[in-house]
Amino acid sequence: MNEDYEPMTDRESPITEDELHAYVDGEMPADRRPAVEAWLAQHPEDAARVDAWRAQAELIKTRFAEIAREPMPARLDPARLERLQRRWPRRAVVAAVLAFLAGGALGWFGREMVEAGSPVAKTLAADAIDAHKLYVVEVRHPVEVPGAEAAHLVQWLSKRLGYDLRAPDLGDIGLKLVGGRLLPGPSGAAGFLMYEGPSGERFTLYCARWDAPETALRYRDAGQVAAFYWVDDNKAYVMSGPADRERLRKIAQSAYDQIETRASKTRG
Amino acid sequence: MSAFAKDLEAAIPALRRYARALTRDAETADDLVQDTLVRALRSQHLFHGGDVRSWAYTILTNLNRNRLRSLARRPALSPLGDADAPQMAGPEAGGRDIERALAALVEDQRAALLLVVLEGLSYREVAEVQGVPIGTVMSRLARARAQIKSYLDGERPALRRVK
Repeated sequence: MNEDYEPMTDRESPITEDELHAYVDGEMPADRRPAVEAWLAQHPEDAARVDAWRAQAELIKTRFAEIAREPMPARLDPARLERLQRRWPRRAVVAAVLAFLAGGALGWFGREMVEAGSPVAKTLAADAIDAHKLYVVEVRHPVEVPGAEAAHLVQWLSKRLGYDLRAPDLGDIGLKLVGGRLLPGPSGAAGFLMYEGPSGERFTLYCARWDAPETALRYRDAGQVAAFYWVDDNKAYVMSGPADRERLRKIAQSAYDQIETRASKTRG
Repeated sequence: MSAFAKDLEAAIPALRRYARALTRDAETADDLVQDTLVRALRSQHLFHGGDVRSWAYTILTNLNRNRLRSLARRPALSPLGDADAPQMAGPEAGGRDIERALAALVEDQRAALLLVVLEGLSYREVAEVQGVPIGTVMSRLARARAQIKSYLDGERPALRRVK
């Protein structure tokens, strides 16, 4: 529309509504303003509208201006948020390096380091990878509840898991939520969410209660399929997908960030 | 703290103000700001110069749109813009009226109006934030203003219907 007002030099031409908005919002070249003011002097209805718009702006500013002066809550401190960001990638780099070494000279020893920690956690990751392999090949029934009903899905799984599950939004790395299903977990239910990339590749996030406060991020390679898994706040998460470690790491990190952000909010 | 994080920090008061006006709920607004900051920090490698604040407005605007979409899918909740939308304990009647008038707007119109009026962005900047042509920003602005005017002039269809 009217990005340039310059050609409107004909003083006889009527002032458009767009120009009235531009006039109120200071978007109009100064040399055009007298023409608008002359118009308003002769058109009281337009003058009333302009006054009403200015009054609205004043009401909005008066109502909300004070919020910018309120003390900032600690959870919005960027230094703290930046530290949270760093914590995870550093672990991920260590795990990825070790996983890489595991395939090389370090062999078995390196593998033990990568998958150190509870042997049962390995079982959990193995279960998740099995579920992944079983369901990603499904064309017609990959999930019980489709991603289009995400709110319902999350509500249902949260109820069965006994804690607030969040389906991470992986849209900005090109994945959409296909949906999810309920699975048997190590202690009760497990939630299982499936995502799909632009070329049909699928990733799944397996979530279950886990009796440990926190573990480092771990990588598990099972041939064509691999997984990153971690435990946070007594909840285990396994992100499985095609064995492209860098891509999987990004996806797991995004999921982790969103889950961690949510958890840090409730913890304060 | 990185230079990027410092620029981001300087934008937080404005982001909180914008988020509060968008959502009219203090807790939801700060959730949105936190998500915006996390996302901005995480993807700062994608930021190639320009105005950090505008970029943060873009992220926040998109996150809020996504939030409303997922709310809208939940059948139990009332439609957006309804008078049941969360209301803060506003200090005076004028403040509450303008909040309700804002609540009755379509999201994209509300965001356009607030970015121009409250945050002082130019039409061009709002067009970039919303990812639409300037003409679309202007028509959103025009509709928002017309609707608020009729709301404040006493036509309050949403409230009348509910009460």
